[in-house]
Amino acid sequence: MDYGTWRGVFSLVILAIFIAIVFWAFSRRSKKQFDEAANSIFEDETSSTTNSDKPESKKDE
Amino acid sequence: MSQTIPQQPNEYNMKVVRQFTVMTIIWGIVGMALGVLIAAQLVWPELNFNTPWLTYSRLRPLHTNAVIFAFGTSALFATSYYVVQKTCKVSLFSDKLAAFTFWGWQAVIVAAVITLPLGLTSTKEYAELEWPIDILIAIVWIAYLIVFFGTLAIRKTSHIYVANWFYGGFIVVIAMLHIVNSLAVPVDFTKSYSMYSGAVDAMVQWWYGHNAVGFLLTAGFLGMMYYFVPKQAERPVYSYRLSVVHFWALISLYIWAGPHHLHYTALPDWTQSVGMVMSVILFVPSWGGMINGIMTLSGAWHKLRTDPILRFLIVSLSFYGMSTFEGPMMAIKSVNALSHYTDWTVGHVHSGALGWVAMITIGSMYYLVPRLFNQKEIHSIKLVNVHFWLHTIGVVFYIVSMWISGVMQGLMWRATNSDGTLTYSFVESVQASYPFWTGRFIGGVFIVVGMLLMAYNCYKTIRAGRRETAAGNVVQTA
Repeated sequence: MDYGTWRGVFSLVILAIFIAIVFWAFSRRSKKQFDEAANSIFEDETSSTTNSDKPESKKDE
Repeated sequence: MSQTIPQQPNEYNMKVVRQFTVMTIIWGIVGMALGVLIAAQLVWPELNFNTPWLTYSRLRPLHTNAVIFAFGTSALFATSYYVVQKTCKVSLFSDKLAAFTFWGWQAVIVAAVITLPLGLTSTKEYAELEWPIDILIAIVWIAYLIVFFGTLAIRKTSHIYVANWFYGGFIVVIAMLHIVNSLAVPVDFTKSYSMYSGAVDAMVQWWYGHNAVGFLLTAGFLGMMYYFVPKQAERPVYSYRLSVVHFWALISLYIWAGPHHLHYTALPDWTQSVGMVMSVILFVPSWGGMINGIMTLSGAWHKLRTDPILRFLIVSLSFYGMSTFEGPMMAIKSVNALSHYTDWTVGHVHSGALGWVAMITIGSMYYLVPRLFNQKEIHSIKLVNVHFWLHTIGVVFYIVSMWISGVMQGLMWRATNSDGTLTYSFVESVQASYPFWTGRFIGGVFIVVGMLLMAYNCYKTIRAGRRETAAGNVVQTA
């Protein structure tokens, strides 16, 4: 395979991989996992019920 | 995060995060103040005081190194160490190696502060440091890579959160770029010559240069965006699926865009065209990421009215969108024929650097500082608001001045009389630029004043935290 053909094939392979990634990312099967991942950063704030993130006064005791 | 009991299964290494956070603010002031000084020198040349090491030519690389590698990279170290620990629920892979990256990186910066004003330079833009410092950078960077990926390897979660993908991509690619571009033949301790020559040297340099923008100033800070925007907005990112596609599209496209820095040069025409096409396509993932970040606020737009920290983060994304629209446009050869070598380029860089990079960093620092120093909130949210407006007005002043002077310079340089002679001499375009250079200087002053306010605000927050800790009255905050 000469250099030009190889580069053409390479471009097609990359394109195919990219399309596969898009299908994988937007497939129904991955949705739950991704939703969990998106919410995972809030796990360190356990009591999300008391969402008093912005107290009116910033008094230090 | 008041009232929330920290569910810290382990002791995180926050010491190195604190160190890098404080240095981010300090280097930010130094780097931006240097920028204001050299902006003033363009208007009042006497400001170099006839001293060689205070001349524009030597301070300009110091300014760029200080803001990119001291301010920006310290911020990336701080936030990546914070985010990787929080999202992997595990302490850093090696505390000793992490400490080494801090002291090693500060040593690199100090070496830059000494050597660049002395005129020791390899002359490669954004890679001016001479070979002994380059070796130190490579060693520190590999240590960083080991700490970061080591932490990912020992993580206690199954999934690697998307912010870490961007940080990881940034760390790997910067190692590759730095090592390849800095290959040189030393002639003595302070002088070396690049391994490459001619057009190849130029191409390697801008492969490095543009990907320093693409991976350090973009991918790294996108990692910051994907953690701190959702955290500050208190809602998950708009589309996690889009963020996955965003990552792969961005990293596979950016690497090809470098040739747009070399339009109409000795670089082969086809290479220039490839660079142009790839740069234009880059618009798509860039805006995908921007929309993903901004839409995270959908349904909670009112928060922008009351929360200046969130405003910093979201406006930074607007500037990101603006400069990633402007960039592909300027990479088109016919537009570049007008814009190249003019102030338009300088304006474009600063809308990215001051608008996107600095604002997302400032927002993240305001988020981090109280949490790192046992405080519920930053000392004064009012001052954060003042900082926001100073910074925004400063950036707009800066980039509008540069747009006008840039387009004007481009038009003056290409204007010809009917007999084919040039209408304007170069010095006439310099003279016409003065008012806009003054405008840039004023914008810069606004920005530095804002940074000083930030330093004061953070200092007060840190001191309050220290005092409480000393009094044994540790606030239980995450």
